[in-house]
Amino acid sequence: MKITNIIKKALFALALLPCFMLPLSAFANVGAHLDKAPIDASNHESLQRGARTFVNNCLNCHSANYMRYNRLLEIGLTEKQITDNLLFASDKIGDTMKVAINPADAKKWFGVAPPDLSVEVRARGADWVYSYMRSFYRDDASPTGWSNCVFDPVTCKVSMPHVLYELQGEQTMNHETHHLELSKPGKLSVAEYDILAGDLTNFLAYMAEPAKQQRNHLGWFVLLFLGVLLVLTYKLKKAYWKDIH
Amino acid sequence: MTNKTVLEKNKSVLANVFNCGLAWVDERFPLTSNIKAHLTEYYAPKNFNFWYFFGSLSLLVLVLQIVTGIFLTMHYKPDANLAFASVEYIMRDVPWGWLIRYMHSTGASMFFVVVYLHMFRGIIYGSYRNPRELIWLFGVAIFLCLMGEAFFGYLLPWGQMSYWGAQVIVNLFSAIPFIGPDVSEWLRGDYLVSDATLNRFFAFHVIALPFVLAGLVAAHIIALHEVGSNNPDGIEIKKLKDKKTGIPLDGIPFHPYYSVKDIVGTVVFLMVFSTVVFFAPEMGGYFLEANNFVPANPLVTPAHIAPVWYFTPYYSILRAVPPFPGISMLGIPPSLFPGVVAMGLSVMVFALLPWLDKSPVKSIRYRGTLYKKWLAAFVVSFVVLGYLGTEPSNVWGQFGAWLGNAERATVVARIFMIIYFAFFALMPWYTKKDKTLTVPERVTG
Amino acid sequence: MSDNHSDGHQASSQLDQASQVDLEKRNFLIASSSVGVLGCAAAAVPFVLSMTPSERAKAAGAPVEVDVSKIAAGSMITVEWRGKPVWIINRTNEMTDELPKHNDQLIDPDCEVTSQQPGYCKNKDRSIKSNLAVVVGICTHLGCSPSAKLQPKGDMGDNWSGGFFCPCHGSKFDLAGRVFKGSPAPVNLVVPPHKYLTENTLLIGVDTEDKA
Repeated sequence: MKITNIIKKALFALALLPCFMLPLSAFANVGAHLDKAPIDASNHESLQRGARTFVNNCLNCHSANYMRYNRLLEIGLTEKQITDNLLFASDKIGDTMKVAINPADAKKWFGVAPPDLSVEVRARGADWVYSYMRSFYRDDASPTGWSNCVFDPVTCKVSMPHVLYELQGEQTMNHETHHLELSKPGKLSVAEYDILAGDLTNFLAYMAEPAKQQRNHLGWFVLLFLGVLLVLTYKLKKAYWKDIH
Repeated sequence: MTNKTVLEKNKSVLANVFNCGLAWVDERFPLTSNIKAHLTEYYAPKNFNFWYFFGSLSLLVLVLQIVTGIFLTMHYKPDANLAFASVEYIMRDVPWGWLIRYMHSTGASMFFVVVYLHMFRGIIYGSYRNPRELIWLFGVAIFLCLMGEAFFGYLLPWGQMSYWGAQVIVNLFSAIPFIGPDVSEWLRGDYLVSDATLNRFFAFHVIALPFVLAGLVAAHIIALHEVGSNNPDGIEIKKLKDKKTGIPLDGIPFHPYYSVKDIVGTVVFLMVFSTVVFFAPEMGGYFLEANNFVPANPLVTPAHIAPVWYFTPYYSILRAVPPFPGISMLGIPPSLFPGVVAMGLSVMVFALLPWLDKSPVKSIRYRGTLYKKWLAAFVVSFVVLGYLGTEPSNVWGQFGAWLGNAERATVVARIFMIIYFAFFALMPWYTKKDKTLTVPERVTG
Repeated sequence: MSDNHSDGHQASSQLDQASQVDLEKRNFLIASSSVGVLGCAAAAVPFVLSMTPSERAKAAGAPVEVDVSKIAAGSMITVEWRGKPVWIINRTNEMTDELPKHNDQLIDPDCEVTSQQPGYCKNKDRSIKSNLAVVVGICTHLGCSPSAKLQPKGDMGDNWSGGFFCPCHGSKFDLAGRVFKGSPAPVNLVVPPHKYLTENTLLIGVDTEDKA
């Protein structure tokens, strides 16, 4: 009877754990409405497309100093594909994703140095990045010509110009409905651009913690093993305790 | 000779070699006598329940933290320019570094989980009462040491939460009248939290406090084994002994009975621990905060900073106490000192428990409803204060003008802070007044 | 706890009883300790592996590409691979002709010590291309880097046919990195794994036979 009690209490304690998780607003930026990012670390095609978008567009100004190019072998790219399509001429495949821009110059041009994006998704959340990349709009009052209410829900100011505007087109803010409207279509349709932003976010999420899939996978084996050990040690305990009354 | 006799002969030869070796050691070191004193002939009450797992689990987590810590130290760089990058280096470039780092970060939080449950066990069964006051005091010292260890360790990743958390806590010392500002500057070794601060926090985290912690844990266990363990009935099992053997009637040897039982508890704990490590190492932002993935920036404070969950009840108390307004006529400036004192008291007050509790019984099983109500109120206030500490103080908005536009959360925190302290302050009164039940002679199931 | 019995028969029957009662304990003890030990061993693996070279170390120690077309005949260059000096010597035909002539003065003229060169360099020139020698410039005695004495005779005496001289303890090597008798160094200099990507591009650190 005592043992069942113990198990009950252990289960109770386990059930309590998620309660810890509920209320905290985990990410730095709250306030703006965020759309759910289509994150799937097992979708290698999406990750590869995202990697290409990242290297061709973001990596001009934003570094990913903790990410090595050869890690991209994990998402199904070959060494040749990485060297031919993604590497800058002077880089080696084992190098990290450094950026050519000088942080001091960048600070002069944009007012802030573009942050390193290696762990950006862990700081802001994937939904934020996904929403951010889709929420730039034309604003003549802004020095760069662009604003983004995801970045700063109060002022909508943002230092980064909209790098992908040729693809997305131009949005404007309807100040009555507070919704963004596509005023000038880009090279991609809205759905295509959403996929592009989704792939990019997916890649950034992968890059923020490349070992995540391995971690989740290994976890099941560890739990299975501990489950077996639990049965054995529990039987052992019972065998020893049978003469205690 | 038959095979069987050969086998038996071999066995006895082996046993002889073993016994000779043991005798050789025993003449030079009290090995057998220590094993007897602390394991095979340490008689623990036979009625330990679920709550008694958390002592051995705390020891397990301590070992885990030390081992993972050693391996992290091999790759970590305590340098303001390199620290953040070296943690990501561990997470990506070091083989299996991510696992070791997550074990350490999860272990930090799980340490407080098991220690809080261990302390709660001590409270409900009166384990701090005579003759176990010193065990309790060593325990409180371990808890303080652990808080220091957690605080120093939290700066090391050098993220925004690390940086500003350290900034806030170190600045608390500057609220001490007269010497405060000098003390906090001395702690930092600089005019702001900087490389110098990081370097010394690293030294405290990996050398100084682990040594103190290990010593205190040894003292805690030696003191425990001197007087013997308490139990859920709060009965001294040493009062009733077998006349022939001198063994307590309700006692069983720690080894093998509790060693096999604690292993079951260990495996269950490891399952919970692994679930966090492998599936939710951030624990929704409670174990690893999102803002700590942004490198420390002395020029920008994050919009909302809060300590890690295990410090939040005390942090709530710090915020709840109104600052001293200052007396301009006497030239005494306003001060945050009262809040700092209240926060310090809220932790230190646990040390007084052995002398505050005047009840004739130890265990909650034989206490009356008055104590139970007070205890429940304390637990609720601890949890509510803990929750409020994770949120900004305007989380519930403000009362109307009729209450001077006071922040709702602050008012609630003040009420629960009063309950928190009343639990201790009024304990001599309500434990004496409480109607207790008769304690049986022998332990119950 | 049990009393001592002098009666042997009784003691042994007690033992029999005990072993019967203990069977359940023993089985689960063996089972859970073996699984437990297995678990501890498995848990130790990540910790042990965390001390092996990291991705950064591997990237820094990655193979090095060298353009060998600009090394003048009869001279050498030094490149760094994994923090070690690697010599690339462009030997003239006279130099390579000289190599077999002093075989009798060498400790290991036929490169029998297999650890000192890849299989594809176990030949009379210790090289893939007869003229180009690739050698790790670290003395096999105590790790100094020998000085180049490529030309015959000179300050090395009239018997010197060109090679390397270690300033620390006087070990002498020929132009294929083979050690002369009488040197404190026990074995020939190491030839690192290498291959030619093109006619003139040498890659140091990767074997000719790619290990797939």
